[in-house]
Amino acid sequence: MSAAPVLSVRGLCKNFGALIVAQSIDVDLMAGARVGLIGPNGAGKTTFVNLLTGFLHPDAGTIMLGGVAIETMAAEKRVHQGLARTHQINTLLVEMNVRDNVAIAIAERDKFAWRTIRYKPQWRACLDEAQSRLEQIGIGQIGDRIVRELPYGQQRLLEIAIALALKPRVLLLDEPAAGVPSAETHHIHDVLSKLPKDIAILIIEHDMDVIFRFAQEIIVLVQGRVLRRDAPAAIAADPEVRAVYLGRSAV
Amino acid sequence: MAALNRNEPVAEPPSTSIGALTSGRGWLALVGHALPWAIIIVFYFTAGGYLSLGTQVLIWILFALSLDLALGYAGIVTLGQAAFFGLGAYAAGIFAIHVSSDPILGHVVAIVVAGLFGLVTGALILHTTGVTFLMLTLAIVSILFEYANQARSLTGGDDGLQGVKIDPIFGVFEFNIFGETAYVYAAVVLFIWFLIAWRIVHSPFGRSLDGIRQNSRRMRAIGTPVWWRLLAVYTLSAAMAGSAGALSAHATRFVGLSVLSLLTSGIVTVMLILGGTRRLYGAFVGAAVYYLVQDQTARVSPYFWEFVVGLMLIATVLFLEGGLLDLGRVAQRLFDRFRKRPDAT
Repeated sequence: MSAAPVLSVRGLCKNFGALIVAQSIDVDLMAGARVGLIGPNGAGKTTFVNLLTGFLHPDAGTIMLGGVAIETMAAEKRVHQGLARTHQINTLLVEMNVRDNVAIAIAERDKFAWRTIRYKPQWRACLDEAQSRLEQIGIGQIGDRIVRELPYGQQRLLEIAIALALKPRVLLLDEPAAGVPSAETHHIHDVLSKLPKDIAILIIEHDMDVIFRFAQEIIVLVQGRVLRRDAPAAIAADPEVRAVYLGRSAV
Repeated sequence: MAALNRNEPVAEPPSTSIGALTSGRGWLALVGHALPWAIIIVFYFTAGGYLSLGTQVLIWILFALSLDLALGYAGIVTLGQAAFFGLGAYAAGIFAIHVSSDPILGHVVAIVVAGLFGLVTGALILHTTGVTFLMLTLAIVSILFEYANQARSLTGGDDGLQGVKIDPIFGVFEFNIFGETAYVYAAVVLFIWFLIAWRIVHSPFGRSLDGIRQNSRRMRAIGTPVWWRLLAVYTLSAAMAGSAGALSAHATRFVGLSVLSLLTSGIVTVMLILGGTRRLYGAFVGAAVYYLVQDQTARVSPYFWEFVVGLMLIATVLFLEGGLLDLGRVAQRLFDRFRKRPDAT
C-alpha cells in the first residue's frame, strides 16, 4: 500500500525583507515518520515550524495536512486539523497547575472550552484524561504543582504532554531537550522513544546524539533551503553536511 | 526520572485548580460569600439618609465588576470602559424621554446598545494588544465624549440630559426621593450580573480567558480561537457596564456628560485595583472603600480624598498584590503565627 504523505509541503518561501528564511522548501512526512531537522543557527528551522503551524505566514507555497490545504488557515484552525507543536522556549500557562495546562488543551480539542453551562461531566473526564496523560510520561505526581515552580526539565516534558493531548497526526518538536541539564535529558529521551507510533514527527534538535538515535531520516536545512535529506548514516558521512554543520560542532 | 522529580509536590490552594468550583473551603467560604450580600441588605434598613450614596456604590460595584471580567480575567487592558457605562446611561435616559419610561424596557435597551457597541468596537480593535489597544480604547471613549458634548439636542451637551422620567418598576415600585426603590433595584440587578459573572469565570470559557491572559500564544497553539473568546467577553463586559450606566440614569433621573469622561474610566480602574482583580468581590470592596474614603475625608478638605485614595492605591499595589481583599489572607497568616506561638514555647 503506497499511502499518501500526511504532511506535504511544496515550494514554501518566506522572506523577512532582504533576509531569505525559507527558499522553496519541499518536505513530505508519512504517517509514523521520525524525521530530524538540523542546520546551523539561523538556518530557518524554527521559522519553518512557525510557517507550518501558522505563527508565520508564507510568501508562497502550499502545505497539505491529510489532504487539506492549510497554508492560509489561522494557527488555531491548523491545530484542529491535527498539527501540534512544542516550543523552543517554554510557552506554558505558568500560573496554572500542571494538570490544568493539559486539561485546558483537551477541552479545546474536544470543543467544549467555550461553554459556560452544561460541561461538568466532560470537565471531569477531561481532568482524568489529563492526569493519565501526565502519568504516561512519568510526571503524574506533579499534577497539582504550579507550572512556574517546576524545574525546567519538567516544564519541557509538560510541553510535550500538552502537544500529545491534542491527539495530533503531525507533531513538531522544537528542540525538546534544549536547556535541560544533561543529567536529566535521559527522561526526555525516554518520552521521545515512546511517542505513539502512528504520529508523524519532525524534530529539531541541536544534540546530535538525540537526532541520530531518534530519527529515521534527517533533513539538513541551510539558509532556508533543504541541503539534503537522507538516512542518518548517510548524513553523517556527507562531506558537504559536515562542512556546513557537523564539522563545526563535531570536529 | 528520579532526577526530574526531586522536588516534592507542594500542597496548593484548591482555588488554583479547575476542579475547585468555589474559591474557599467549607463554612468559611460560605460566610465569605454571604457577607457582602448581608451588608447590602442590612445597609438598606440602617442607612437612613445615606441610602442614595449606597445606590451609587452598588452601581459602581457593577461597573467595576464589568471591568474585572475584561481587565482582570481576560487581561484586556482597557481605559475605555466609560464608553459603555456612558452609552448605557444615555441610552436609558434618551429612551425614557423619547420612547417609553418603562424602566425594565429602558434597561434592556441600554444593555443591548452598550453590548452592540462593545461587539463592534471590539471586533475592530481586539486584534491589537498592549499600548496600541489602550490608545484605541482611549480614542473611542474620547470620540463618544465629544459627540455627546456636541449633540446638544439629543444629550443636552454639558448641561446633561434632564427631564428623565421613569415609571414605577412593574407598575408598582415607584422611584421616590428617599431612594428605596432605586437601592433595591440596583441590588437586584447587581446580584443577577454577579451570578452570571460567577458562572462565566468558573466555566471552561472563563478558564480559557485565564489562559489567554497568561499566554495567548500557548492558547493559539492548543487551538483556541483567541480573538472570538476575547470578543465574547468584551461584549459581555460592555453590556454589563451599560447596565450599570442604565442604573445610574434611572436612579438619578439625570445623565451628566461626565459618564463618558476618561476620569470615569480611571476611577473604575482605581476601584478595581484597590479592591483586587480576578476575585469578583474585589469590585465590591474597591467601590465601597472608594466612596467611604471620599465621603469621610471630604469633610477635612474638598480635595483631600484624592490624596488619600492615591496613597491607598500606591500602598495596595506595593504591598497587597491581590488588592485590599488580600488583607484577609495577611490577617490569617498573622493569626496562624500568633496561634502557633504558645505551642512553640
